[in-house]
Amino acid sequence: MQLVLEKRAERSRTVALISPLIAIGLTIVTMTILFAVMGKNPILALYVYFIAPLADGYSLQEIAVKATPLVMIAIGLSLCYLANAWNIGAEGQFLMGAVAGSWIAVKTQGTEAGHWVLPAMLLLGAIAGALYALIPAICKVRFGASEILTSLMLVYVADLLLDYLVRGPWRDPQGFNFPTTAEFDPVATVPTLIEGGRLHLGSILALIVVAAGAVLLGRTIKGFEIRVVGAAPRAARFGGFNANQLILLTFAISGALSGLAGIIEVAGPVGHLQPGISPGYGFTAIIVAFLGRLNPVGILIAGLFLALTFIGGEQAQIAMKIPLDVTKVFQGVLLFYVLACDSLILYRFRIIFSAPQVARGTH
Amino acid sequence: MELIEAIILSVLAASTPLLLAATGELVTERSGVLNLGVEGMMIVGAACGFGGAWLTGSIIVGALCGMVAGTLMSLLFAGMALGLAVNQVATGLSLTIFGIGLSGLIGAGFVGERITPAPHLYIPFITNIPLIGRILFGEDGFVYLSLALIAAVWWFLYRTRAGLIMRACGDNHVSAHALGYPVLRIRMYAVMFGGACAGLAGAYLPLAYTPFFIPGMTAGRGWIALALTVFASWRPGRLVIGAYLFGAVTILQLHAQGAGIGIPSQFMSSLPYLATVIVLVLLSRARTGGSTAPAALGTVFVPDR
Repeated sequence: MQLVLEKRAERSRTVALISPLIAIGLTIVTMTILFAVMGKNPILALYVYFIAPLADGYSLQEIAVKATPLVMIAIGLSLCYLANAWNIGAEGQFLMGAVAGSWIAVKTQGTEAGHWVLPAMLLLGAIAGALYALIPAICKVRFGASEILTSLMLVYVADLLLDYLVRGPWRDPQGFNFPTTAEFDPVATVPTLIEGGRLHLGSILALIVVAAGAVLLGRTIKGFEIRVVGAAPRAARFGGFNANQLILLTFAISGALSGLAGIIEVAGPVGHLQPGISPGYGFTAIIVAFLGRLNPVGILIAGLFLALTFIGGEQAQIAMKIPLDVTKVFQGVLLFYVLACDSLILYRFRIIFSAPQVARGTH
Repeated sequence: MELIEAIILSVLAASTPLLLAATGELVTERSGVLNLGVEGMMIVGAACGFGGAWLTGSIIVGALCGMVAGTLMSLLFAGMALGLAVNQVATGLSLTIFGIGLSGLIGAGFVGERITPAPHLYIPFITNIPLIGRILFGEDGFVYLSLALIAAVWWFLYRTRAGLIMRACGDNHVSAHALGYPVLRIRMYAVMFGGACAGLAGAYLPLAYTPFFIPGMTAGRGWIALALTVFASWRPGRLVIGAYLFGAVTILQLHAQGAGIGIPSQFMSSLPYLATVIVLVLLSRARTGGSTAPAALGTVFVPDR
């Protein structure tokens, strides 16, 4: 018995639509088995993970809050991946955006600074993220260094820089020696949308980013160039598209969005700069980008779904003592299935039962 | 003198996991497969390796557990990237994400536990020779194993027919297939070897480097191992040099921190990562004439029939 892949004449549109659903279905089956092996009631666990968070208003807001950075980062990453540029350092760009934006918040702390503070923070966060992303992009374009490795290495560097700042120069003097800055002033805080709620302005920005991504990819020449460079590099060269310029552009956009997500997270839900501001948003966003088929609307849905698993994971930990690592396993398994199902778009699977020797004889 | 001896000993210990993981990845990449899941395979190897040693009290069982775990992880990768022809970069990334979560689950039961670390070689009189005695004849078994392994890999790649065939698969899978070689099966063996090495490299950390397991203890070493294969231009000899250079950077920054140089520790800790970036840039730049990478590296191969 042998599994054989046969190339389809053209991409299957039906499979392209249903493959994420198949992947989610297979993931849930796998998780059911995992819960059973761990000795937890699988039905109850699945309920706590996927249904319970949808049932109350607080959790729904929390899902939107968690989805905000995921969607923003993933939109940028999808541009990179479409152009065949592998930015996997979004986590570092997220942290650099958070650090740079926080600088303004820390320096204006307790002063009479007006309402320019928050816009300036967001702008600086985006710029810092873009510049940080341009380091691996320039290394790639100028020197041919693998952007996969350089962008990832810079994640560790950003993490250590943030750690240094909040333990050293920016530490809150009244913070009982905890590694954190003081709480940001109201003018340096992202406003919430509902009085006393968690939902904040960043979620609106994320929706705008989704719309902008859809317009860029679907309605502009640049978006077309990005897709052609990734899908058919030779055709792009004949078309006179500058692949290097597109690598720089997609990295810069992706970095800017990650940086913006970073400063929004710090100035919004967290409220101050501290280590561990991200539960791996930059890496989870990679899954979001693929689960969303590198399509802006798909990414929005995928971002909400993965945010649901974050919240569900937290609730499962409290209610059923299921470790948080299960969420990471879940996300990894999901990405596996998404990629495997994507293979169905390009290939038809066929199982051949005859022995290979016999097959060779008939040729 | 004792300080120098201590530094060299710790450099060797810090380099060994890098060398082991990079050796496996070198073979994998020479067959034309780019497995970015080294970090994931290592961390699962670390958790399973520690678990095995803690349950049985045997370092060797622990090391074997790590290797088996790494191999199983790599089979997952092989099934996806070779069997289903999925993009290797994306598959490798998901292997790392999955591995980090899985290792946390596996390791949750024995965080905080301790084991007796792997014993060091001791030959009476010879190990006691000043300076070189302990460095040459007083290491733990993994150090010798890693060096023997890379020598064996060199011999395999350049002195055996099987090695030649494997390199052919890595440089031109279409021609290798046309000659009748089972490209996908050869690549699967190479991926499995990479997984076993990564698992062993991960297991080295809790078995010999620090005698306990902490989640995320690989701390990017799998990614540095990937960079090392680029650094080494996919050649075993340079890989040894590269691994020891990186080990030296890691250890020297620790000693500099210990010596109380007025530089914040975080800056020193970021040195290995920055060094990786700089080395990648310098090497890629020096190599503009033509790439030394296996020509088919990272490309999907679906045999037509």
